[in-house]
Amino acid sequence: METIQTKVNEPVSDELRLVQAAKKGDVGAFGELVKRYDRNVFRIALHITQNREDAEDVVQDAFLKAYENLEQFQGQSKFYTWLVRIAVNEALMKLRRRRPERMVSLDQEVQTEEDSMPREVADWSPNPEQLYNQAELRDILGKTIQGLPPSFRTVFVLRDVEGLSTEETAQALELSVPAVKSRLLRARLQLRERLNRYFKKRQAGDGKQ
Amino acid sequence: MTCSEFLKELTDYLDDTLDTRTRAELEEHLAWCHNCYVICDTTKKTIEIYRDSTLYELPDDLRTRLRSAIMNKCSQKKKVGSQDV
Repeated sequence: METIQTKVNEPVSDELRLVQAAKKGDVGAFGELVKRYDRNVFRIALHITQNREDAEDVVQDAFLKAYENLEQFQGQSKFYTWLVRIAVNEALMKLRRRRPERMVSLDQEVQTEEDSMPREVADWSPNPEQLYNQAELRDILGKTIQGLPPSFRTVFVLRDVEGLSTEETAQALELSVPAVKSRLLRARLQLRERLNRYFKKRQAGDGKQ
Repeated sequence: MTCSEFLKELTDYLDDTLDTRTRAELEEHLAWCHNCYVICDTTKKTIEIYRDSTLYELPDDLRTRLRSAIMNKCSQKKKVGSQDV
C-alpha cells in the first residue's frame, strides 16, 4: 500500500533572505512572506476557530505579531513553522474567548485510546469523493472535522492538510513528538469513522443520503 | 501481530517512517486481516480527501483585503519604529 507524501516544501534559503530583508525594515519583503503563507494561515485559523470572522482576525494578528517580533526569529526552525506557532496561539485565544466555559488547551486528553478504536469496518466506494458534488463534499468534510476536539483537529490540519512534518508540528504546538503522533492517530481514526456513513459502499437499494 | 498492535503503528506506516522489519510485519498482517486492510485503506483515503479538498480556501477578494490591511499596519509600525529611534 502506498504511503502519504507531504506537500509543503518551500525553498528555505530564499525564505531566509526575505526574513533578513524584512528584519532590516524592507516591508515589501515581509509582504512576499505574507503572500506565500496567508492561505495556509487562514486555513489553519478556520480549522481551529470554526468561525470565519475569527479566522480573518487571526490572519491579521498573526502576521502583525510576526512582523513585530521578527528579531526573535533566530532561524533555528523554518519561518513557516515559527509563523504557524504564532497563528495557532492566536486562534486558540479566539476559541477560548468564544467558549470560556470550556477551557481549550492543546494538552487536554479528551478521550481514551478505546474511543478511537474502529467500531465499524466497511469498505468505501472506489472514488468516495465523487459520490457528492463539490459543495456537498465541502459541507461533509467541514461538519466532520468540526466534531473533533480542537487539540485533535489542530494536529490533523498541521500534519495532514498543511504537510508539516511530525517534528515541525511538535515544534509549532510545543508538544512532544509522541504526543503529536498519539493525537494524529486518534484524529485520523475518528475522522475515518465519521466519514464512513457518507463514503461506505452502498448495499443494493440504499439511497445516497 | 494483533489488530491493536497494527493500529498503534498505523500512523507511522502511512507516513512511511517505520524500519524495514516492522513494516514487513505490518504488511504480513495486512495480507491476511481484511478489517485492518480496510481501516488502513480508508484512513489513507480520509487523509487524501482532506488534503486535496478546497475546504477553507481563502477567497481572492478577502485575500486582497486582508493583505492590504496587514501591510498598512506593518508600514505604520515601521513609521512609529523609525520615530522612536
